[in-house]
Amino acid sequence: MALDTLMQQMVNGITLGGMYALIALGYTLVYGIMLMINFAHSEMFMAGAYVGLFTLTGLTNPKLVGSGTVAFLTKNGIGLVLLFTIVFLIAGVAIGLLGVIIERTAYRPLRNAPRLAPLISAIGVSIFLQNAVLLWVDSKALPFPQVFPIVNIKIFGNASISTLQIFILVSVVLILIVLDTFVSKTRIGKAMRATSQDRDAAGLMGVNINTVIALAFFIGPALGAVAGIFNGMYYGTVNWNMGFLPGIKSFTAAVIGGIGNLRGAMLGGFVLGIIESLAAGFLATGYKDVVAFVILILVLIFRPGGLLGESVVEKV
Amino acid sequence: MSDQTEAVVDTVPAAARQVSENVVLQLDKIHTFYGAIEALKGISVDVHQGEIVTLIGANGAGKSTTLKTISGLLHPKSGEIRLLGEVISEMKVHEVTAKGIIQVPEGRRIFPRMTVEENLEMGAFLRSKDVEGVKSSMAQAYDLFPRLKERRMQKGGTLSGGEQQMLAMARGLMAAPKLLMLDEPSMGLAPVIVELIFETIKTLNAQGITILLVEQNAAMALQIADRGYVLETGSVVLTGPGRDLLHNEQVRKTYLGES
Repeated sequence: MALDTLMQQMVNGITLGGMYALIALGYTLVYGIMLMINFAHSEMFMAGAYVGLFTLTGLTNPKLVGSGTVAFLTKNGIGLVLLFTIVFLIAGVAIGLLGVIIERTAYRPLRNAPRLAPLISAIGVSIFLQNAVLLWVDSKALPFPQVFPIVNIKIFGNASISTLQIFILVSVVLILIVLDTFVSKTRIGKAMRATSQDRDAAGLMGVNINTVIALAFFIGPALGAVAGIFNGMYYGTVNWNMGFLPGIKSFTAAVIGGIGNLRGAMLGGFVLGIIESLAAGFLATGYKDVVAFVILILVLIFRPGGLLGESVVEKV
Repeated sequence: MSDQTEAVVDTVPAAARQVSENVVLQLDKIHTFYGAIEALKGISVDVHQGEIVTLIGANGAGKSTTLKTISGLLHPKSGEIRLLGEVISEMKVHEVTAKGIIQVPEGRRIFPRMTVEENLEMGAFLRSKDVEGVKSSMAQAYDLFPRLKERRMQKGGTLSGGEQQMLAMARGLMAAPKLLMLDEPSMGLAPVIVELIFETIKTLNAQGITILLVEQNAAMALQIADRGYVLETGSVVLTGPGRDLLHNEQVRKTYLGES
């Protein structure tokens, strides 16, 4: 029995961790380049879930796109792949652009202000976006349509993995590999790393810092939006304050992994998701948040730079 | 360039008013501020094609500020900077770099978590279309500093101070600079490495690279410089050929530690 629970909670934890990892990347990307914690990032996750929901509802509404299209998009494999590709692309691009607009309007004017100022601005953006959804959409939670065919597959005793979990996991791993390759191999990716290591020096190499910042503010929110849609599909519901807890948890994950370090954010996300799920399975569901934050405190005490954070070596 | 020396106590007449053709870089009465503090008080400097020009002076004299103002990390409140006649004082740092003015910053500022080779690639960031040229620049950089070749896959942050300085210079060269600005390249290095760095500067200059050198090691800088400017609290107080300054009594007293 205990082994069943272990396996089940591992599966749940990895799925949850994958979502945390996606969101954590957004925090860490922006922090790495701006040395600023984007507290509005949790709202990218929330807004992404809404845009995904609307796109999905629109594309599966026979009155809007015709019943033939709906049947094609929902009844066979190719259609489903196409449907979800469109949903993720639209939400990712829309929220990516939202991120760029937020940087332009709320953070860039404060570029040379004391560090507290953009932080407060970020909280303002967060409140603004939550209230925008409350005002223009709904204060109640909206159901996320179950278009994705969910089948549970037994893997060990009573433990099972669902097709949705597999879908989320495979997608997350693919995204992480693509992002990691982008940052370590491409010219622009290297410019991003250079900028995060030394902004002025990167400028002296000819890197346009504003372009790099805009890129970080596109990629991070786009990944957050993808996580938001996964979250909607996984829990079957979206609401205006759904970003709060995953946001804080993912920020925790980024800190656990070493804030500013991309692989750290990935690792931190999975570590946190797994530990939380194990706590929920073996202690009590109510303890999962407690355990998550205890881990954060322990990491901050014993490895303040995070698991993959490098201690600052300065040579003069 | 007759207004050049207005604020200058020119003890070496005519030196600063030498040939005015082939001017690569020209600073015209530059005033730069840090907040309310005026760090540069109307500095005029010019650098000719193929020269080594050095700025010397004590800590806080405005040497690094001058370089940062040229490279666009800082912007002058008044005055003009011209590169081959084109005004560049309003440009952003990456635009100035694109014009071919390459600053090797004080403290080396290499990218610590990138490999030596990646650091060099960053140096050639704006030459991405010139694949062959970048390749040959990299070969040249490794020829110039064989030590870097041995360590090409090592992270920049794990190099010794001297190796980091070599990397910083090699990275600057990767941009194929029209003007190479070196900010305190000898700072904190062992005497043997300092020798090597200065030898390299001479070699680069002999290859035709124009160099603007900021140094606290005034003796060594003046030995290799065609011309020098002595800065004091944001103003040029003395200018002339390097050798003349080296033998100037005032310079010897103040900057070369002689009584």
